[in-house]
Amino acid sequence: MTSFIRACVFAVIWVAITGSATILNLVFGFAVAALALWVVRGEIDRASRKMRIGRMLSLLVLFIRELAMSAWKVAVLVTRPRLDVKPGIFAFPLTVSRDFEITLLANLITLTPGTLSVDVSADRKFLFVHALDASDIDATKREIADGFERKILEAFE
Amino acid sequence: MTVSDPSMAATILSVSTWLAMAVLSVAFLLTIRRVVAGPTLPDRVLALDMLVGIVIGFIALIAIRTGFNLYIDIAIALGLVGFLSTVAFARFIMPRVTDAAKDPATSGKTRVQRRKR
Amino acid sequence: MDLVVALVVSVLVLAGACFSLIAAIGINRLPDLYTRMHAASKAGTVGSGLLLLAVGVYAGDLPVLARAIAGFLFFVLTAPVSAHLLAVAARRAGYPMSEHSLHDEMKAHEESI
Repeated sequence: MTSFIRACVFAVIWVAITGSATILNLVFGFAVAALALWVVRGEIDRASRKMRIGRMLSLLVLFIRELAMSAWKVAVLVTRPRLDVKPGIFAFPLTVSRDFEITLLANLITLTPGTLSVDVSADRKFLFVHALDASDIDATKREIADGFERKILEAFE
Repeated sequence: MTVSDPSMAATILSVSTWLAMAVLSVAFLLTIRRVVAGPTLPDRVLALDMLVGIVIGFIALIAIRTGFNLYIDIAIALGLVGFLSTVAFARFIMPRVTDAAKDPATSGKTRVQRRKR
Repeated sequence: MDLVVALVVSVLVLAGACFSLIAAIGINRLPDLYTRMHAASKAGTVGSGLLLLAVGVYAGDLPVLARAIAGFLFFVLTAPVSAHLLAVAARRAGYPMSEHSLHDEMKAHEESI
């Protein structure tokens, strides 16, 4: 049943993007969506948990805001006449455990001000993060743990 | 377009797209400088990735100036190609580790296998 | 053509171009590969994304706007992935960090990677 709803959502997106709101196009979009969902069926079953739409939206808003802020911060840093970067790599201890969540967290970290995720340790306990300003890594770690990681846990637990 | 259409909006758009084109051209040249100078291979790959982004910007500007909305599909397709080429380059840089003097070949191999799991 | 739309498009276009320029300056000024990646993956993505959004707003028609937003989301989702892959590849290939770097906690975990 949920996959039927998913296919319907994708069909609506298809109609919005192709721009012809006819029944035939909607049916075609539904067929394409069903085919695409069938191709990735194994992955979806594992990833699908209870997702909270409201929390996910708040995660999205946080994400867009952080992206704007990080672009701005890079801009300020780069255009300053004296370049003061103190880069470094630190190991961030992960609380989230599933691959999907780690991927999401790594992507969010990359798009936030001054941090870029480099690698994850083999035992999935640490995320190695490169920071433009590594003078106070404990504060940065706390920020990530209280910000994104908690939001991800709230959205997908 | 500007001469035949004296309305203010068209003038503003024309001026701002020209300005943006000029700014993007400077960005393009600076990025090319990094492609040429970049001391290491990943630097060059990064700069080429950046070039794709700037070219997408150019295509968007052309779409605005000419009014052909089809250009947006071209921009998205170029973005896809740029992403895939960067991924391919990254995979190309990766196996060089196993040959590098840093590790003996065997430990490199186990590392690759472990990642695949 | 509406004046408001023209102004919004102008602002988006100029902001996008400026972010692209900043990213270009960044990859020329920053000291090593990893710091350059910050400039390219953030400012560069925002730059081309804003330009795409400008096309969508300018066209003023839903399918084009939907495509522009889809393209923007696509760039935003792929930029960190390619940056991460490139960083991992460079890191494993042993390209060094700049001598300004303060920490390298990854070295301590090297055997666990």
